[in-house]
Amino acid sequence: MIDIQLKENKLIPQECIDFVAADNTGGSTVFIGTIRNNTKGKPVVRLEFEAYDPMAISEMRKIAEQAKEKWNAEKISIHHRIGILGIGEIAVIIAVATPHRKAAFEACEYCIDTLKETVPIWKKEIFEDGEVWVAAHP
Amino acid sequence: MKIEILAFGIAKDIIKNRTLSIDLPDGSNVGFLKKELTDRFPDFQKLKSIAIAVNEEYQTDEFNLSEKDEVVIIPPVSGG
Repeated sequence: MIDIQLKENKLIPQECIDFVAADNTGGSTVFIGTIRNNTKGKPVVRLEFEAYDPMAISEMRKIAEQAKEKWNAEKISIHHRIGILGIGEIAVIIAVATPHRKAAFEACEYCIDTLKETVPIWKKEIFEDGEVWVAAHP
Repeated sequence: MKIEILAFGIAKDIIKNRTLSIDLPDGSNVGFLKKELTDRFPDFQKLKSIAIAVNEEYQTDEFNLSEKDEVVIIPPVSGG
């Protein structure tokens, strides 16, 4: 089973953990991505996330399906936040439950790495003296 | 044919709008559209990459566009 959500309000790790819980799994891994207070030492004020919503959801679902297939994952939950986020807030949660633990770590890492490459979500970093779309330029 | 294009992230800043209407010869493909965009808005050349999604799927340069397609400019993504 797969649970994909794009949310404008606060993400709750327990929701993802509860979703992936299953009696036939031996472990689950959870990745929580949070807003760092600096980029290369420069203080960050806040981040603004926007998404091409329908495609962001379908691309996250594709990633979860691939991970489910490759690592025999029983359940995967991916929640991503959009809107304005302050320092320390959660931008993304990925929870994966598999029969054996090694697969859970690998599948979770695959999900976050691939999400960063393919899912149409963009973040803008706001500094005291300006703003920049992350990773836009070489 | 007239194509309506949606823009997100830095692409929105480059075209200075969230949408763009562009006239292309019938049967134009994604590669042709990308060239039109970079000709009209040279700042696209400064980006690390530029992708086009058609009807919520990434498409290659060879994909042929049609008038009813939902076409979206996808600048380098940065989720997570």
